[in-house]
Amino acid sequence: MSNLELPSYLEQNNEVKDRFTRMKKRPVTLEVKNLNKEFITPEGSVTALKNINFETYKREFVCVIGPSGCGKSTLIRILAGLETPSSGDVLLDGKIVNGPGPDRGMVFQGYTLFPWLTVKKNVMFGLEMSGRGKRVSEEQALQWIDLVGLSNFSNSYPHQLSGGMKQRVAIARALANQPRILLMDEPFGALDAQTRAKMQSYLHEIWKNIDVTILFITHDLDEAVYLADRVLVLKAHPGEVQEVIEVPVPQPRSPDQLLSPEFLATKRRLEELIHPPEDVVGINDDHLNMVRMVDINNEVESVF
Amino acid sequence: MFSQLFSVHSRLDSKQRFFVSILSFIIPIIVWCVVSYAPFVWHPKVEITSPADVSYFKQGTLIDREMFDKEVEGAIQNNQAIPQGNPANPVYLPAPHEVATALYTAFTTEPRRRSEKWLHESLWDSIQVIFWGFILSSLVAVPLGILAGTYDVFSKLFEPFIEFFRYLPAPAFGALAVAILGIHEAPKIAIIFIGTFFQQVLVVSNTTRKLDPSLLEAAMTLGAKRLSLLFRVVVPGIVTHLYKDMRILLGWAWTYLIVAELIGTSSGITWFITQQARYKNFDNVYAAIIIIGVIGLTTDIVLSILGKKIFPWEKSMAKV
Repeated sequence: MSNLELPSYLEQNNEVKDRFTRMKKRPVTLEVKNLNKEFITPEGSVTALKNINFETYKREFVCVIGPSGCGKSTLIRILAGLETPSSGDVLLDGKIVNGPGPDRGMVFQGYTLFPWLTVKKNVMFGLEMSGRGKRVSEEQALQWIDLVGLSNFSNSYPHQLSGGMKQRVAIARALANQPRILLMDEPFGALDAQTRAKMQSYLHEIWKNIDVTILFITHDLDEAVYLADRVLVLKAHPGEVQEVIEVPVPQPRSPDQLLSPEFLATKRRLEELIHPPEDVVGINDDHLNMVRMVDINNEVESVF
Repeated sequence: MFSQLFSVHSRLDSKQRFFVSILSFIIPIIVWCVVSYAPFVWHPKVEITSPADVSYFKQGTLIDREMFDKEVEGAIQNNQAIPQGNPANPVYLPAPHEVATALYTAFTTEPRRRSEKWLHESLWDSIQVIFWGFILSSLVAVPLGILAGTYDVFSKLFEPFIEFFRYLPAPAFGALAVAILGIHEAPKIAIIFIGTFFQQVLVVSNTTRKLDPSLLEAAMTLGAKRLSLLFRVVVPGIVTHLYKDMRILLGWAWTYLIVAELIGTSSGITWFITQQARYKNFDNVYAAIIIIGVIGLTTDIVLSILGKKIFPWEKSMAKV
């Protein structure tokens, strides 16, 4: 890939540039200010996140990417209110958030559907928690299930569904509460490549048609570039924001763009940030002690 | 065919499974029959059919084979009449048909004394004692266990004392229970309660702790708060495991029945067993043991079928 003549990832065509200018005029949905997180372990304190600052605009799609151990899961758990920051604030529509709440929907990698509830009842759960009556909840739940294309499965139990279908239910369940922001923690990480590609286009379809901001964590570079308006790149030890990349690939996205010059340029930039060149040299420290163990008279002398 | 039967971790088809399950009962019964009916297997005694001149032989008594052989030898040497006998098993191992007859007659013969109860009446008494002991214990232990498994406060508040108390043997409270609760059913129920309760709290709290925490997190991001977390997530999340625990614990309750029925006014099926053993009516003893086994197995099968009906989402249950 490095041999290809690619434009800079910072180059944006007029259409894209115009879109980003308009986007930045939108109201801010989520704002993270000077966020720090330290974990106390028996070996001493470990800084998981250090001085994180960023904001997302209304109806923006932001991907968070970074090497393992960069604290991306910790970040999204803090945003969801499942963990408390050591210092700093998370603001939703200008108000400080405190603890988990239905204004921030969350989709987990492990589906986390309630196994004892049918698809319909799973989606109704959040609606009933916010005090809506059974009839209204049911009506709305069925609409959301229809939206993710699972009407025929509304009375099935989660164990009867495939991974992709489970995750669609989880998305419908989170969206039914009409959250201000949808937090997604590597939601497609456990799916096979084909299902994952399908889920990515479903998600884009949903995002286009619903008033929701999405913050999406992934370790898959293609996924990040394909889905995001902007990509937040984190660095490990301690977890810090390394760069916020405005993806120059025009919207609406389609799988044809996966080989476009803008796409490849952005992906190369992410590659550089996440696997810096010195890392490639570093591979030699961790090598296999391989010797030839094939008999000299083997029928296949060499695999090449 | 054979290699397929013994391949690791693979399930047999339903026909094979049924056949093998039946075998698990057939095999012990066959072993019992062989030991009882094949005269050359074991049979360490001789049942005297004709005592001849041996003074201490009586028709129908069981004599060790060695003794019998010695007497026969003696009789031959002294030219006396030779005692006759058939190989027999000791009195504590009755043959299957004897137990079967005992099983039948136990239900059809009137008790010898008017104060004694019919077998089915004793049985019903026992079932009631078990039922009330177990229900009362569950009513208290299940909520406490769920609280202890959900909130660390309750865990630390209940569990240390319960850990201490569960080492105290329930039978030791027999006399105390009679002193406090009188001599009839109440102290028996109390013994079952004490025997079950403390284990139950610990088992339930342990089961509750195994609930996938990410389900609670998901529920919180959907807006669930304290009480709804407990009743809409924790309780339904563990209920199938709880149900399995209860099936196992019910078995434990039966083991305390023996002690429970010996205190106060002795009664019930285990009292029947003790009594019959004293009279050396071992056929009746085996009959009663089989009845208990059958009751236990039937309840367990009924509960397992019921479980599938109540919890349609439980995959592992649906498969069995």
